[in-house]
Amino acid sequence: MELQAVLMAAGGGSRMMDLTYNTPKPLLPVGNKPLIWYPLNLLERVGFEEVIVITTKEVQKMISTDPKVKLDVKMKLDLVCIQEDADMGTADALRHIQQKVKTDVLVVSCDLITDAALHEVVDLFRAHNATLSMLMSKAHEFTETVPGQKGKKKTGEQRDFVGVDGTGKRLLFMANEADLDEGVVIRKSIMRKHPRMHIKTGLVDAHLYCLKKSVVDFLADNKSISSIRGELVPYLVRKQFSKSTNSPKVIDETHQNLKKNDSNVNLEIQISSRDEELLHLTQERSCWNDHRGDMSDAYHGGRLRCYVHIMDEGICYRVNTLAAYIEANRLAPKLFDEPAVHPSAVVSERCLIGADSIIGASCQISDKTSIKRSTIGVSTTVREKVKVTNSIIMHGVTIEEGCNIQGSVICSNAVIGRGADIKYCLVGSAQRIEPDALPFETLLRPPCLRSTLTPTSTHRSTHTQCLFKQLNRNNTCLC
Amino acid sequence: GTSVVVYMVPQYSSIHIAAVVVSMFSTIICGFLFLLVVKRLPEHVQVDDPAVVKRLAKKLERQQIPLRSDYGYKVSLFSHLHQYSRKAPLTQLLSIPSTVIHPSIVRLGLQYSQGIVAGSNARSVALLHAFKQVIRDYTTPPNEELSRDLVNKLKPYISFLNQCRPLSASMGNAIKYIKKEISNIPSQCKEEEAKTKLLTCIDRYIEEKIVLAAKAISKYAIEKISDGDVILVYGYSSLVNNILCEAFEKSRKFRVIVVDSRPRLEGREALRRLVQRGISCTYVLISALSYILPEVSKVFLGAHALLANGYVMSRVGTSQIALVARTYNVPVLVCCETYKFCERVQTDSFVSNELDDPDDLMVTRKGKTQLENWQDVSSLGLLNLVYDVTPPDFVDLVITDLGMIPCTSVPVVLRVKNLDQ
Repeated sequence: MELQAVLMAAGGGSRMMDLTYNTPKPLLPVGNKPLIWYPLNLLERVGFEEVIVITTKEVQKMISTDPKVKLDVKMKLDLVCIQEDADMGTADALRHIQQKVKTDVLVVSCDLITDAALHEVVDLFRAHNATLSMLMSKAHEFTETVPGQKGKKKTGEQRDFVGVDGTGKRLLFMANEADLDEGVVIRKSIMRKHPRMHIKTGLVDAHLYCLKKSVVDFLADNKSISSIRGELVPYLVRKQFSKSTNSPKVIDETHQNLKKNDSNVNLEIQISSRDEELLHLTQERSCWNDHRGDMSDAYHGGRLRCYVHIMDEGICYRVNTLAAYIEANRLAPKLFDEPAVHPSAVVSERCLIGADSIIGASCQISDKTSIKRSTIGVSTTVREKVKVTNSIIMHGVTIEEGCNIQGSVICSNAVIGRGADIKYCLVGSAQRIEPDALPFETLLRPPCLRSTLTPTSTHRSTHTQCLFKQLNRNNTCLC
Repeated sequence: GTSVVVYMVPQYSSIHIAAVVVSMFSTIICGFLFLLVVKRLPEHVQVDDPAVVKRLAKKLERQQIPLRSDYGYKVSLFSHLHQYSRKAPLTQLLSIPSTVIHPSIVRLGLQYSQGIVAGSNARSVALLHAFKQVIRDYTTPPNEELSRDLVNKLKPYISFLNQCRPLSASMGNAIKYIKKEISNIPSQCKEEEAKTKLLTCIDRYIEEKIVLAAKAISKYAIEKISDGDVILVYGYSSLVNNILCEAFEKSRKFRVIVVDSRPRLEGREALRRLVQRGISCTYVLISALSYILPEVSKVFLGAHALLANGYVMSRVGTSQIALVARTYNVPVLVCCETYKFCERVQTDSFVSNELDDPDDLMVTRKGKTQLENWQDVSSLGLLNLVYDVTPPDFVDLVITDLGMIPCTSVPVVLRVKNLDQ
C-alpha cells in the first residue's frame, strides 16, 4: 500500500463558537451536507478505499445514530475516538494512531473544501522522495457580509510567511507573524543554496499534508510536538537546511549513538532506506539537477525535502471562521452534481426559488415565498410570504409567515416568529425570535436566557431583559 | 527452380511432372517460412495505424493501466511515434494509493517522465532498484508458481513504464535478463530462497555490467588519452565523465571542451561535474562546433545503444559531431558497455526514435515567450527529437568492457553474448 489517509475531525471550531457550541464542527451543514462529507468525498474521488477518521465520541455517536447525518461514502471509515477534554493537537492525534500507520500518510483536515487535483501534491511527494508535501492556495477575499459584524471588519489574523524557490515547488521557509519578533530572519545557509526565494503572504494553508512514515515514528519519540501546522511543519522546513541532515559522516556516528535521545539523530536514521547505494548510484549517473549555478549535486545533497503545491485557481476553503463558512455555503454546491431542490421537498408552485439556492430534503415551502441565494436545510418549514435572501437556514427551522430574512445564519431548530425582519444576524440553535422583532447585526445565542425579543424592539437598543447590562463590540450579549 | 527443372528435362515424363509439383510446393513453403521469420514491427513505431493503436488500448485496458494520450501536432515524418506532454502525467488517471501498480514503479515512472532520472545507465539502475522492491513485496498466490506468476506481474509494470517514457535499449536488455532469471527458478525452490536468489542476481548484474564495466572501459580509454590532449565531449554521458575523472586522477594532463545543445542543455551538468574535480573545461554550443574543432585532438562520445549493423544510437547531435570531426580528421571514440548492445538494425533516425515534449522548445526571455501559441499557427510544427544514429564510417573505435573493437565487430560481440547465454 502506498498511502494511508487520515482525517482529523476532532477540532472544536474555536473560531466560530457561535455555530459550534451545539453542533460539532465536522457535522455543520454546508450546502446541506455535513462538513466532513467534503474531504471524504475528495478522498473517495481520488481512489482511496479506507480512511482513518480521528474524531470525538460525540461526533461518532451522531454519525451512527442521527439519520440527518448521512455520510454517503463507499469507503471504509475507521473511526478512532479521542477524549474531548484531552486537548490534543493534530500531531498528538497522529501519535495516538501510530500503531495503525503502516505506510506514508496523507493527513486531511475535516474543514477542507476543495476541488484541487490531489495528484499534484502526491506527485511531488513521490517524484522527489520528499519528506513532506503540502497544498496551499491563493486566498480569496470574502465578499459576503458576515452577520454580527458592523460592516466589513478586517480580521486581525496573523500572516503566514511562506518562502518558495524559483520553481515555486520547493518549500524553503515558513513562519507565522506571531513567532517573529521584528522581521523575517532567513539563515545565510539557505540563501547560499537558494539565492532566489519568493516570499508569499496571501496563501491559505489547506492543511493537507503527505508525510513519510518516518515522520510519524519520529513524532512518537518526540512528545513535545503537538500541532502539525504550528510546530511540525516549520520544524521540518527548518531541518532541511540544518548541518546534521546533510553531512554523510554524521550518519555513521549516529548509528552508534542510537541510545541517545537526540531528536535530530532519530529522524536521520529513519529517512534512509534500504538499497541506499543503488539510489545513490542512480543519482550519480543521472544528469538531472534541481538547480543551476553552483557546484553542488541535486538537492544540495540534502536528504530531507519539503515541497508545496500552490493552487492558482479552483476552490480551496478552510471552514474555520464564520466568514469562511458563509463563503463555503455559496460555493459548495459547485462541487457536487445533485439537484438544487431535493426531490422530497414539498415546494408549492407559487414561490420563487432562485437558481443558486438549495432546498434540503423534507422541506415545506409554502406559497408566495421568495428564496434567493440561500440554503434551506433539511426538514425546515417556511410559511407564506417569506422572503429569504443571502441566508443560510439550517435543519429543522420553522419560519412563520411574513418574515424577511436577509444576510443571516439561522441555526438548527430555531423558530422565527411571524413578521420578524432579520437582517445580518446569527440566530443560535433552538432560539426563538418573537413575532415582529427587528434584530439587526446581532448574534443571538444561549445561554442568554432572555434573548427572546419583545415586539418592536431592537436588541441593540433595549437590553434591559439581559442579565448582562452591556453589549460587547460585536453586539453579542455574552451572558 | 521450376523453370530450371523444365529446362533441364528434355521431354515430358512422370519425373518431369513430379519435379514441377515438388518445386511448386517448396516455393510455397519457403513463402510461409519467410512470413514467420520476419519480425512484426513494434507497436511504439506504428502510432499512425489505428488498428495497432486499438490493439494497444485493449492490451492496456486488460492490464488496468490508463492510456496516455498524445499531445499536439506531430510533424508528418514522425507521426508514427508517440509524443507526450510533461504537463499531463499518467498519474492523474491513476488512483492515488495505487493498488494496481506497485508504488515504487509509479514513483519510477514519474521520475522518468519528469526527467529526474535520465541517462541510459541511471534509468537501468533505477529500474532494477524498483524491481528489487517489487520482488521483496511479492508473495506467490496459492496454486501458482513463482517463476510464471512473477513474470506475469511484471508485464503491466513494464507497460506502465513504457507509457511514461519509451524504454531504452539498456532497459530492454535488463528486463530480458530478469525475465530469464525468473523463469529459470526451479519449481521446488521455496519462495524466500527464490527471492534472495533473484535479488542477488540483480545486484550481480548491476555490479558486473555497469560498475565493473565502467572500470574496465576507463582502463582501456585512459591508454588512449595522452598528455596535452584536447578532448571534446558532447552532452552528458555518465561513462565518458567517469573516464575523464579517472584519467585526471591518474595525472594525465588534458583539457576538455564540452559541447552542448538545446533544449536539454545536459552539457551544463557534465561541465559542473568536471569542473568540480578540477579539470579545465571550455563550454560551447553545437553551433560553434566547426569553430572549435581545429583545436581538438580526440572526440569521446557516449552511446545510448549500439545497433547490430554497427550504427551508434545516441543523443541527437552526436552524428553531427562525428561527421564534422571526420571532416577535420579528428578521431572519434565511442564508449559503450556491452549490455547496451541491441539486436535492432537501423540506418536512419526516422524509423525508431523518441519524440519529447514539444513545449520544451519554447523559451521565455525577458518575460516574453514567442512560441507561446504555436498550436494555433497551422503551418508550424515543433519537433523535439531525442536520439539519432551515427554510421560506423564516422566512428574510429568503440571502447567496451571486452576491449577496443571497431564498429563493425558489434554483431560478433552480440553473437558471442548469445552463445554465452
